[in-house]
Amino acid sequence: MDVDAFTALYRAEFSRLVAGLVSAVGGLQAAEETAQEAFEAALTQWPSAGWPPHPRAWLIRTARHKALDRVRRRANFEGKRAELQTMAEPPADDDASEERLFPDERLKLLFTCCHPALSMEARVALSLRTLCGLTTEEIARAFLVPVSTMAQRLVRAQQKIQTAGIPYRVPSEAVLPDRVEAVLAVTYLVFNEGYAASSGEERVRLDLCDQAIRLGRTMAELMPRRRDVQGLLALMLLHDSRRRARVGPGGEAILLGEQDRSRWDRKQIDEGLELLEQALSAGPPGAYELQAAIAAVHARAATAAETDWAQIAALYALLARVQPTPVVELNRAVAVAMAGALEHGLQLIEALDRSGDLKTYAALPAAKADLLWRSGRYRAAAAEYDRARALAASTPEQRFLERRAAEARRRASQPS
Amino acid sequence: MQYLLLIYRNEAEHAARSEAERAAVFAEYMALSKSLQAEGSLRGGQFLHPPSFTTTVRVRSGSVLATDGPFAETKEQLTGYFVVEAADLDEAMAIAARIPNARDGSIEIRPVQLAH
Repeated sequence: MDVDAFTALYRAEFSRLVAGLVSAVGGLQAAEETAQEAFEAALTQWPSAGWPPHPRAWLIRTARHKALDRVRRRANFEGKRAELQTMAEPPADDDASEERLFPDERLKLLFTCCHPALSMEARVALSLRTLCGLTTEEIARAFLVPVSTMAQRLVRAQQKIQTAGIPYRVPSEAVLPDRVEAVLAVTYLVFNEGYAASSGEERVRLDLCDQAIRLGRTMAELMPRRRDVQGLLALMLLHDSRRRARVGPGGEAILLGEQDRSRWDRKQIDEGLELLEQALSAGPPGAYELQAAIAAVHARAATAAETDWAQIAALYALLARVQPTPVVELNRAVAVAMAGALEHGLQLIEALDRSGDLKTYAALPAAKADLLWRSGRYRAAAAEYDRARALAASTPEQRFLERRAAEARRRASQPS
Repeated sequence: MQYLLLIYRNEAEHAARSEAERAAVFAEYMALSKSLQAEGSLRGGQFLHPPSFTTTVRVRSGSVLATDGPFAETKEQLTGYFVVEAADLDEAMAIAARIPNARDGSIEIRPVQLAH
């Protein structure tokens, strides 16, 4: 049997199957197990019998039967009569109605997996497993923890959902904005984890960026009118469009300004720009839309030299208002410098450096080094690159900073 | 489901408030109890005397050991509780958010383990 096709089917269908079973079997854990059983049945039957014409309908039908068995086995049969009815009911002889009648409850699942009463680690793990259909092993590998640790994290999360009464429903209007924000935060964290590959070698990591984008697409499909959802998806697509251009053949990081822009994914850029336009036309932009807008300025520049840094600096100033963090301030400082006010930008970075808010953040000395380099102060730049290298987490990043420091020293020792 | 809502606040801060301010908080608590009662979710609740009146007891090798003060010295102390009936954690969280000391202290939500 085609293993890749089966894995793809699993990842595509698992969440819908689980989501649709929760109410019937009385809990997320039981729903996951039931969906799992359906896929196991497929694995035993399809290799010899062949793939059914409509795999999704087959899985739904099988899962419904498994759910029925499960509920029947349970002692509180009486209380579950209604659920039994719905599970037994859809007399879907044909595959089309089987698929149509099975409810799409993924939105509820999304909010349960990202409930604020769960730790961030648990939310991420649950979302990847339940919504993206990754295996515990895959998630453990992606986050560089032992499989047993990840398995325990997932079990604990499911136990908390059950015991603490974390609901399986779309939250009330009053808390909905906060909850959507929580879902977006989980998605963005997964994306950033994949994008930065903050520890270890990039190549052994599972593609978390792809998974985050998939989550984003699901959200955009289920909540089509929310501009923060569109904004985040746009942001992820625009950043991810540079994927092939941002790492060199030796695994070293390539800065935005030095990337081969013909290697950017145009299709993804177009999709991101269109989503961003929709989001921006809907009202005052939030943090995700503004970050996407900044990425869009880069995406629109045919060459690095043509980048509209003044616009980027203005967007960062807006972003600093909705998200007043030192990292945003650092980026604003760089944009100000790139827009022509080099010394002013350097002063802003100096001030940030003195505040000590970012003292473990490699990007600060790296940015300072770049600006010093631009102003011809190579010796000072080399020292800042050294500082950045000591703080950098990933090997490609360290290699890159090493090269820059060496080049800065070479230039410093040469008479100009 | 039943939830125990443990109310924590900084007793020193509370004591430093004026009589009128403390009376206002108390009135708010009374109003909240009343509405929770009317909504049918209140199962119990009390204020507690401050930590300075607390005694902690342990039995070790058959001897009863008593010490003055709470088990753990923290900035915020347990000052009262509610027991509420709620459909799920979201409902319990919504009730917790209405407790006056949620604004300056914190509310810990513990699901009650009911005997079967």
